[in-house]
Amino acid sequence: MNARAYTLAALAGLAAPFLVPSYYVTLLDYVGVYGLVAIGLAWLTGVAGVVSFGQAALAGIAAYATAWLTTSTGLGAWAGLAFALPVTLAVALVLGLVTLRLKGHLLSLSTLAWGLAIAYAFGNIDALGSFTGLAGVPPIRLGPLSLGDNSRLYYLILTLVAAAIGLLNNLFDSRTGRALRALRGGTQLVESVGVDPFGARLTAFLIAAGLAALSGWLYAHLARFVSPTPFDARMGVEYLMMAMVGGASPLGGLLGAAFVTGLKDAIQDLLPRFLPGGGAPFEIVVFSALFILFLQRARDGLAPWLASLLPRPATPPSSAPPLPRRALPAAGSPLLALDHVSKRFAGLVAVNELSFEVRSGEIVALIGPNGAGKSTTFGLLTGALPLSAGAVQFQGRKISGLPAFRIARLGVARTFQHVRLRPRMSVIDNVLIGAHARLKTGVLAGALRLDRAEAASARSSALAALARVGLAERSEDLAGELPLGAQRLVEVARALIADPLLIALDEPAAGLRRPEKLALAETLRGLRAEGLALLVVEHDMAFVMSLADRLVVMDFGAKIADGPPAAARAEPRVREAYLGGAP
Amino acid sequence: MTPDIAAILAVDGLGAGAIYGLIAIGLVLIFTVTRVIFVPFGDIAAFAALSLAALEEKRLPGTAGLVLTLAVAATCVEVCSQRRRGWRRAILRALPPYLLAPALPVAFAAALAPLGPPAPVRVALAIALVLPIAPLLDRLVFRPIAEGGALLLLIVAVALHFALAGLGLAFFGPEGARTEPFLDLSLTFGDVTISGQTLLIVAAAILASAALYAFFRFALLGKALAAVAMNRTGARLMGIRPQRAGAIAYLAGSLLAGVSGVLIAPVDTIFYDSGFLLGLKAFVAAILGGLVSYPLAALGALLVGQLESFAAFQSSAFKDVIVFALLVPVLLWRSRLGDTPEEDVEE
Repeated sequence: MNARAYTLAALAGLAAPFLVPSYYVTLLDYVGVYGLVAIGLAWLTGVAGVVSFGQAALAGIAAYATAWLTTSTGLGAWAGLAFALPVTLAVALVLGLVTLRLKGHLLSLSTLAWGLAIAYAFGNIDALGSFTGLAGVPPIRLGPLSLGDNSRLYYLILTLVAAAIGLLNNLFDSRTGRALRALRGGTQLVESVGVDPFGARLTAFLIAAGLAALSGWLYAHLARFVSPTPFDARMGVEYLMMAMVGGASPLGGLLGAAFVTGLKDAIQDLLPRFLPGGGAPFEIVVFSALFILFLQRARDGLAPWLASLLPRPATPPSSAPPLPRRALPAAGSPLLALDHVSKRFAGLVAVNELSFEVRSGEIVALIGPNGAGKSTTFGLLTGALPLSAGAVQFQGRKISGLPAFRIARLGVARTFQHVRLRPRMSVIDNVLIGAHARLKTGVLAGALRLDRAEAASARSSALAALARVGLAERSEDLAGELPLGAQRLVEVARALIADPLLIALDEPAAGLRRPEKLALAETLRGLRAEGLALLVVEHDMAFVMSLADRLVVMDFGAKIADGPPAAARAEPRVREAYLGGAP
Repeated sequence: MTPDIAAILAVDGLGAGAIYGLIAIGLVLIFTVTRVIFVPFGDIAAFAALSLAALEEKRLPGTAGLVLTLAVAATCVEVCSQRRRGWRRAILRALPPYLLAPALPVAFAAALAPLGPPAPVRVALAIALVLPIAPLLDRLVFRPIAEGGALLLLIVAVALHFALAGLGLAFFGPEGARTEPFLDLSLTFGDVTISGQTLLIVAAAILASAALYAFFRFALLGKALAAVAMNRTGARLMGIRPQRAGAIAYLAGSLLAGVSGVLIAPVDTIFYDSGFLLGLKAFVAAILGGLVSYPLAALGALLVGQLESFAAFQSSAFKDVIVFALLVPVLLWRSRLGDTPEEDVEE
């Protein structure tokens, strides 16, 4: 989205109250108020992949909080905000801590459950007016100026909506935003680069809850009245519709709110003409049917479609200095040690009493026939799978039992046998995910764009990492557009930018052509020369033999050989495992 | 609370629990075969109850209009999706299952309603009227996205409930209805009276569970459905059509919803939108069984019934709040058990 489009939108927004009749100004007010919830929900659902039916209830908590405080104490609207925002965030924090570890549709169901419970509570608490609600909520005042007039309140709403979109747009491109975007589609990838998926989800949930609280507060002082209806399950679904119709970006939430609110208004206007007398029940029918059709036919929403009409901005090469690197231990010092590690799946022993070491500055190849337990071993030492027995040490510290993201932060990077990239993010963004643990920008700094210097350095490092695997030219392509071999190399670049001490590579050469394999081998030798340790699972024997300093050979979950390539190859048990029993 | 009151509450809860149990079993059935969390299930039960009430007043129930509307829409969608076979063939193939079969009970109801048929006929008619609803909704709403993720299906199901509630208001009006009890008999143990209706409900719940168990255990069709539930692709390779399995599951679900609606009609005043709460409470029960286990779902339903009954005694205003708030710990407990769904695949 370019600057001119934003300027035009801002001008149109500022001039709107002078151009349209007052009925439509009020409608625009509501678009903004609903839009704040939808912006948060588009962020939560579209970006972080958490589908919530409960946002209306969160907005309701804030609306009731401010309405109750202002009507019962006579305090002003701003005191109401100072009360409503923390209360809503506190409730959201508790809900998030309890439910955000749930996965997939169970998580969404829990939002439906607490959304309903909260909405029913509104209707049954006498102090909150039960089903009749609370009337006489005062207007917002700015000093001597009362914002009771809807066209004056419009400018406050416009400011808040613009600020929300601007801040979230910044956050979208920052370290936090990338981690959240990567969260969608599974947690294994983000954990492998040091992101705590639960923490990231909680952050996104609290951001959405904060916006819902702001919206609820505005609603109470715009309508001057609160009742349970605007915060019930039906409204929760409408917010979800706004967020999904708008699409997965901050602007999408506002577009969706405008579209849905306008559509509702139009349906209320038009239906009675076709169905004289009996239009009312059909409003929700038409509305739900349109939503279902949308979900069946076009799930991407408006914002991505609009973005596809605008040219993708070309990003200039970064001249910033790359990120500072960590000091590597002296070559030959012990790094990773597996000590009698076992993994059992029900009755099957996938890894059996496996012990080996990796030292810095060496390339160890883990080989063995299919099903020998190599990828399981990778899962065990990176924390993706829990051990059944034994221990894993890294730099003398026990890491088995730690969550994967903590192990990643200690300096263990990995690639996956089944490539895990985010196909709809650009190649360079996919690489930048890998730098997560190295960067320090938090949520606030990201939203306020205080991270420019660090972001530029990260970009330089990402381009350098891509250049190292020969993909510098394709940095702006979508990762899903690359052939499989190149996608594996993007994973290698993502591991490189983490500045790790050890990289675990799961079949890095699969799908590469011969010249690409030679180049990859050269890159890996360069890394060894720098002092990194590499642990490689690979089936291409020529590749492994020319590269590895040492082979660890596995068969049926157990180690059958450990030593220099030539010696390991000569081992009779290895020959037997690979070629069958010798005659 | 005295033991007498506790006993009365327990009996009350048993009746409600048995109703939730029937719906919960239907929810599990549809979920396992199609992965759809069929939120509008309770709506269908409510429509059955309202149909029975209308038949009692010798009126043609609003369900007739609802079913015909859905049938016409489903026929159009089916014809359009099959049009490359040629319009004539497409129409000929679509008419019997999607228009004629659903219209049949409507025709019967239209002919018999003004005559004031006896109670068993009214019950059969009410159930027959709602029978086509779930399969038609399947064709219209879920089949086009059958391969979508469980989350997408859930969002669609929730939206569908609101569409059905609107249709319910249009066809049934805002008035609630309650029918005459089927049995006047009641049993008294000391101070506790168990009404014939409660006994009937519990008996029907037991019968339905047993029938479903036998169906999946012994009938070839039941085994085919179970196969689809376990592995869609694998079942397809064995010559089972998942679409047909889904349609049968929806039909069986409709039947269960109809039975539970007819059973609840004399107990509670039912409104066009009563189904939402009915369905969601059954749903809490189904979640207790992880959405896959019939016995656990039935047990969960009994638990929800008891909880609701005792919560209503303590604080009638908050009984719904308590039941839904309970869902959160239940979800946490299920997810601890480790049967979490697959991670969402990026589209």
